[in-house]
Amino acid sequence: MASESAAVLGSNNEEQKMREMKARAGRAIGVDNFMTGVFYVVAGFFLALLIALASYIIIKGFAGAKPYMFAFDSQGIGNQFWNTIYLVFLSLLISVPIGVMAGIYMALYAKKGRVATILRIAIETLSSLPSIVVGLFGYLVFIVMTGNSWNLFAGALAVSILSLPLIATTTEDAINMLPDSYTKGAFGMGATKRQVITTVLLPAATPHIITGVILAAGRGFGEAAALLYTAGMSTDLNWHMVSAATNPFNPFRPGETLALNIWALRTEALRADAAEMANLSSAILMILVLGFSLLAHTIERHMKKKSGV
Amino acid sequence: MSADNAVRAEAVKTTANTGNKTMEAKKEVVKMQAEHLNLHYGSFHALKDINIKIAKNEITALIGPSGCGKSTFLKTLNRMNDLEEGVTIDGKVTLDSDDIYHGSLSAIQLRQRVGMVFQQPNPFPKSIYDNIAYGPRIRGVRGKDKLDQIVEESLREVGIWDEMKDRLHKSALGLSGGQQQRVCIARTIAVRPEVILMDEPTSALDPISTMKIEDLALKLKEKYTIAIVTHNMQQASRISDNTAFFLLGELIEFGKTQDIFLNPKNKKTEEYITGRFG
Repeated sequence: MASESAAVLGSNNEEQKMREMKARAGRAIGVDNFMTGVFYVVAGFFLALLIALASYIIIKGFAGAKPYMFAFDSQGIGNQFWNTIYLVFLSLLISVPIGVMAGIYMALYAKKGRVATILRIAIETLSSLPSIVVGLFGYLVFIVMTGNSWNLFAGALAVSILSLPLIATTTEDAINMLPDSYTKGAFGMGATKRQVITTVLLPAATPHIITGVILAAGRGFGEAAALLYTAGMSTDLNWHMVSAATNPFNPFRPGETLALNIWALRTEALRADAAEMANLSSAILMILVLGFSLLAHTIERHMKKKSGV
Repeated sequence: MSADNAVRAEAVKTTANTGNKTMEAKKEVVKMQAEHLNLHYGSFHALKDINIKIAKNEITALIGPSGCGKSTFLKTLNRMNDLEEGVTIDGKVTLDSDDIYHGSLSAIQLRQRVGMVFQQPNPFPKSIYDNIAYGPRIRGVRGKDKLDQIVEESLREVGIWDEMKDRLHKSALGLSGGQQQRVCIARTIAVRPEVILMDEPTSALDPISTMKIEDLALKLKEKYTIAIVTHNMQQASRISDNTAFFLLGELIEFGKTQDIFLNPKNKKTEEYITGRFG
């Protein structure tokens, strides 16, 4: 009799426990679903924001476009389009080698200690410098002190000051993220430190470093303030004479980029079609940035596929 | 206990048989030797007065519980300890008769003659071909024909040429763990080292891959001298000719594998190999 009631009591307890467990699991699943929903909403919001912005700018830009605006002369924005690409190219030519080398130094050579800490703080500070300050610094050093007039190369140097930290830090992170076994394996094969870096670590880190290059290029595409007093605002290009000082490939000539052109058109331009020109410049710049990002990601994906990461 | 012994005896008999056969055929030559080797990590005395002779064309197994210094000792043989900070080494380690720490041999040259296979298969994130060709290339070997030949020979030697020949230019990271480890062994032998160090090469692998690596080691010892660190007693008894038992940084016992496993002189050795600690 007593044992029977105990058994009944026992089964009641069990049932209650089961109910509690089910309720707890149900709550956990509920919270899980809710949080998943929140993340989707946040992700969707950013995607919608990008699409809305990009399509607004591109549609508005091309809505007011006239054929003459695409010309590579003083009436159109072709020259600015070229200057933008050429300036970004020049700045990457400067900032990628120096930035990658700085990143390698930080990751593999700098001893942990005061010098490395100071260097790291310096790089972080450099990355948050206001671009107008860099522009004026560039004007003083690259223009006034060298006695040159405004030129693309000085602009590229100024933009490099802004993009160097991005490339240096992504390179450092990319190398630090690699498994230790790559380094050990290469040393175990009798490689020298230089060989370990150039033949194993750098190739393995390259897909990640490309992300830094995209960010750096983005900085160059969008920069206006740093170029105002360095690259200048000239739109004069001579597409027919290689020997001309204004030939498109001469880095030591002044040249206005699209971003600067937008600013100039919207603040001081006297032409009647200034608003339409600025809109079109924005649209072209947007497409340029998107196109570059896509290209870089394609290269990155291709490299990752090849290395199997 | 008696059943234990029977299993051990069985395992060792096979080794002893093959071991004897090869021993009759050739005289034992010392390939590498450590004399009064001491190693400190900072103030920690990790290896205490180690004296070992690694015999040429034989497999020497280094056994002992975790932290006993067996891997540390293995790394002193190709100076991989140089890469760690705070390591001080005294005593003498020789390759043939060259002192590898105080002689004219640089660490880079040494590692070209004494290769290493690691616990986790660690192919580079490159194609299978580029992994195998890595060593020859950093030594300046150029020319497609020459490299093709080295890659094929090395893969044949580790027995995976047929599996790999159609996917040489695919990433080595897409292979299974066992295949990756054999690619790593092929990468090591592609530079024709004299000694191969293996640091628990099968501890991350499944039993079938483990068996293949063991068979491979037995085959490779005909051309190379092998030192292998292992946690696996059966593995040591199956493949090695000589066994060194390490405990707390000391070399407790060193001798022919059948002696160590059947008639250990030291009580601690017996306790360890019968599984009473470790």
